[in-house]
Amino acid sequence: MMLRNDALQAIYPELEKHIVVTIMGAVAAELYMIGHRHNFFYLEHAMGLASSMGLGIALCMPEHKVIVIDGDGSLLMNLGTLSTMARYKPGNLLHIVFDNESLLSVGGFPTATATGTDLAGIAKASGIPIVVEADTSERLSQAVTAALNGDQLTTIVSKVEAIGPKSFHMDLPLLENRFQFKRSLEALRQGMRGVSIDG
Amino acid sequence: MPVSMTNSKLIYEALKACDVKIMSALPETWLVHLIRLADDDPDTILVRIAKEEEAIGISAGAYLAGVNSALLMQNHGFLAAINPIVSLALLYKIPLLMLISYRGHMGEKDPWQTQGGLTTEPILRAMNIPIWHLTNPADIRRRIKDAQTLAAAALHPVAVLLSRELMWEEPLP
Repeated sequence: MMLRNDALQAIYPELEKHIVVTIMGAVAAELYMIGHRHNFFYLEHAMGLASSMGLGIALCMPEHKVIVIDGDGSLLMNLGTLSTMARYKPGNLLHIVFDNESLLSVGGFPTATATGTDLAGIAKASGIPIVVEADTSERLSQAVTAALNGDQLTTIVSKVEAIGPKSFHMDLPLLENRFQFKRSLEALRQGMRGVSIDG
Repeated sequence: MPVSMTNSKLIYEALKACDVKIMSALPETWLVHLIRLADDDPDTILVRIAKEEEAIGISAGAYLAGVNSALLMQNHGFLAAINPIVSLALLYKIPLLMLISYRGHMGEKDPWQTQGGLTTEPILRAMNIPIWHLTNPADIRRRIKDAQTLAAAALHPVAVLLSRELMWEEPLP
C-alpha cells in the first residue's frame, strides 16, 4: 500500500502552487518536512474542520485553487461537510482524503473505514461531482492534476499505510502559521506575484 | 408566524453595513426572515450548513481569505459548536461575529428550549466571549457594528444575543 509521505512527495509540485489546508498529525508533519510554504495552513486541532475551512476560503477566493488534505478520522467526525461542499460545488476546491483506516497520532486505533465504511461511496452519495479512488502515487498525481485543470469540485480518496513520521514536531508555532498564511492569502488576492506565496 | 420582519430587516441591513459578505446558517424559527433575506441577496453568499461546527470552519476560512462573515445560529447551535470555537477560533485568534437567537430565556413556552436558555450566558462567560444583548431596535445597527469592531480588534469571537422582545412579535394579553 502507498505511503502517505510518498504520495505527498508526488503531488508536492502541485501543492506548492496553491492554497493548502491540512489536518493535524502525520499529514501536517510530513508536508511541513517536505517543504513548508506560507500558503500552507496546518489545522492543529478542531478535528474535522479542515474541509469546512477550505470551503470558506474557496467560496471567498473563487479565482484561486484551494486544496484540502483530510484524513479518515477527521472526515468521519464531520461527514456533514461532504453534503455542504456538494451543495455549493466550488469548482476551485480539491478535497484529498488520505485513508489509513486508523487514528494514527493517538495510538493507531482503527477507524470505521477499517471495518467497511466507504468514504468515496459517502462522498459520491453526498453529491460531490467527481470522486476518484487513487491508491498509487501515479494515479493520485493524475487525479490531482485533472482536478486542478478542471473546474469541478473533486474528492480523491487514497488508501495509505498507517505509518507516520518518527516525530510530529514542527518548528512553527501555530499562530505564526496562521498569521503568515493570512498574509499569503492577502498577497494572492492582491495579485502580488513574486512576493506572494514563497516560504 | 410572528417573527419580526421589521427587526429582521434592521439586523440584515446592519450586517450589510458591516460589509458582511458571507453568512452561514442553519434554519431556526427566529432566523427565518434573516435567512431568506440572505438567500435573496445576490451580493451575499449564504452557506446552509448541516451542523454549526462547520460554520466555525467556514467563517475562519473566510476571515483568513479577507472576507467579513457572520454566523446565524440558535443558542443550541452555539452549544453544538463549542469545541471548534475553542480549538479553532480561540486557539488561532480568529474573530467571529455570532448572532445567536436566545431561545429558552424569559417568555419561553417550549420546555425543550429551557436548558439551553439557562446555560447559554454562563458558557459564553466561561469562554470569555463578550456578549451584546439586542432587545431594542434602535440599538441594532450600532451594537452589531461595535461587536464586529471588537471582534476584529481583539481577534476574538463575540456574541450578539437576539432576544425574544426583538425577534418575536407577541401581543400582550
